[in-house]
Amino acid sequence: MGGVLRKLGALAINGVWRLGFITRFFWMILLYSGQSFTRLHLTIRELYFSGVMSLLIILVSGLFVGLVLGLQGYETLQRYGASDSLGTLVALSLVRELGPVVAGLLFASRAGSAVTAEIGLMKVTEQLKAMDMMAVSPIARVVAPRFWGGVISMPLLAALFSAMGVFGGWLIGVVAIGVDDGAFWAQMQAAVDFRYDVINGVIKSCVFGVAVALIAVFEGYDCVPTAEGVSRAITRTVVSSALAILALDFVMTSFMFRG
Amino acid sequence: MDESLCYNHRPALQQNLMSEPLVRLENVRFAYGERAILRDISLSIPRGKVVAIMGGSGCGKTTLLRLIGGQEKARSGRVLVDGQDVARLGRDDLYAMRRRMGMLFQFGALFTDMSVFDNVAFPLREHTQLSPELINDLVLMKLHAVGLRGAARLMPAELSGGMARRVALARTIALDPMLLMYDEPFTGLDPISLGVIGQLIRRLNDALGASSVIVTHDIQESLQIVDYIYFISEGRVVAEGTPDDIRNTSDPFVHQFVHAEADGPVPFHYPAGDYATALTGGAA
Repeated sequence: MGGVLRKLGALAINGVWRLGFITRFFWMILLYSGQSFTRLHLTIRELYFSGVMSLLIILVSGLFVGLVLGLQGYETLQRYGASDSLGTLVALSLVRELGPVVAGLLFASRAGSAVTAEIGLMKVTEQLKAMDMMAVSPIARVVAPRFWGGVISMPLLAALFSAMGVFGGWLIGVVAIGVDDGAFWAQMQAAVDFRYDVINGVIKSCVFGVAVALIAVFEGYDCVPTAEGVSRAITRTVVSSALAILALDFVMTSFMFRG
Repeated sequence: MDESLCYNHRPALQQNLMSEPLVRLENVRFAYGERAILRDISLSIPRGKVVAIMGGSGCGKTTLLRLIGGQEKARSGRVLVDGQDVARLGRDDLYAMRRRMGMLFQFGALFTDMSVFDNVAFPLREHTQLSPELINDLVLMKLHAVGLRGAARLMPAELSGGMARRVALARTIALDPMLLMYDEPFTGLDPISLGVIGQLIRRLNDALGASSVIVTHDIQESLQIVDYIYFISEGRVVAEGTPDDIRNTSDPFVHQFVHAEADGPVPFHYPAGDYATALTGGAA
């Protein structure tokens, strides 16, 4: 019994310690962000690696999610004679929830893991130490540009995911099944509120971007500098990001959409 | 005891070497958690000299470099570099000091996403406002000094171990530092590369008017290029002297180290219980 309590205590202390460390790390990133914006090419390079290189998976996934939403939505709505509302269902589902959440999960798997691996390997090969010994802050030069690259990419990718999803829903609903084209777009336009739906979705994707980018750079920077350590850090990035996205989504949804 | 080695008293030459040292460690103690690494170390790195720090694996040699570079702080004692206590420097002052230091890491630590040219240009671009043309000329001069001007456009993955070490050396001297630190510079090199790196360390030190600290196991190469050697064991300086002192010593520890003997003051066997008892079923 004593042993179990001791382990639980150690786990709790370790959790609090890591939370404190990641908060301090976040503060350091903000402190050094000025340098990464004055040398914009560093951040633009990371935008390319995190954002542009993730485009394919985001667009293809968005299309398929839209296709599935269209099929499932039509199947349910036509039971109640409301198949004309397919556009509303697809758009609201994507803009409010699926766009930010699924794009966030994909972003964590594609770009977050890559960022963790890159920073972790730089640590293993002593590149971060070498930079520090050359009086160049690794947080300013390596971490902050990757963080901001992730934060800026995420809402843009989520928007593209939603747009592609709506297109997928239209393809299935209007082109394949034959739902009225005008009704599809008109109902969507009438039901989707810019501030209530779109802006809240954008806020969600921004928060997910901060969470995923912070977890990715932190895990890379904090990893044990061995092959196994980097591998564990990558796993932690994907798992922690997924949990953080889902937990934050619940919290934000409960505040944003109260009906 | 061999009187040519300076344990308690130093001959005039050594006294002279020690005047106004660039780096001075005074009664330094350091531990990782509960594990003591350095126990009351005092040593000096004179200006303009090449000094080797030797000892077995895990004896705290690299930790010494980390203390000098300000990456670690001593539990007690002082680490003075050019008269300044490294542990008391704020971040900006520490970075200002590091701009006057260069450190060569064990495997070079080249930035793998940059070409050889960009690796050497990195500190110049970060810390100076020089024009691209001037940086180009300086980088080519540094690469020429290590014999790799022709490799400027290669990527680190295309270099051999010896070439990577030489590129890292060019990067280390990019800002003409006052202090050069080498962490195991000879590890994993073939005899030719090893000789090249050794000679470069000596020549660059003299050409730049810098001071150098080499942490290494390689006694034979070191004896040819250094001015002074410290031996560390169990966190203490156990012997020191010039290369001639070391060659002629009868000190058991240094003798074992120089002649690579498997057993001696540094035992072959990790401490354990009685062997016969362990074989007949007793606790090891």
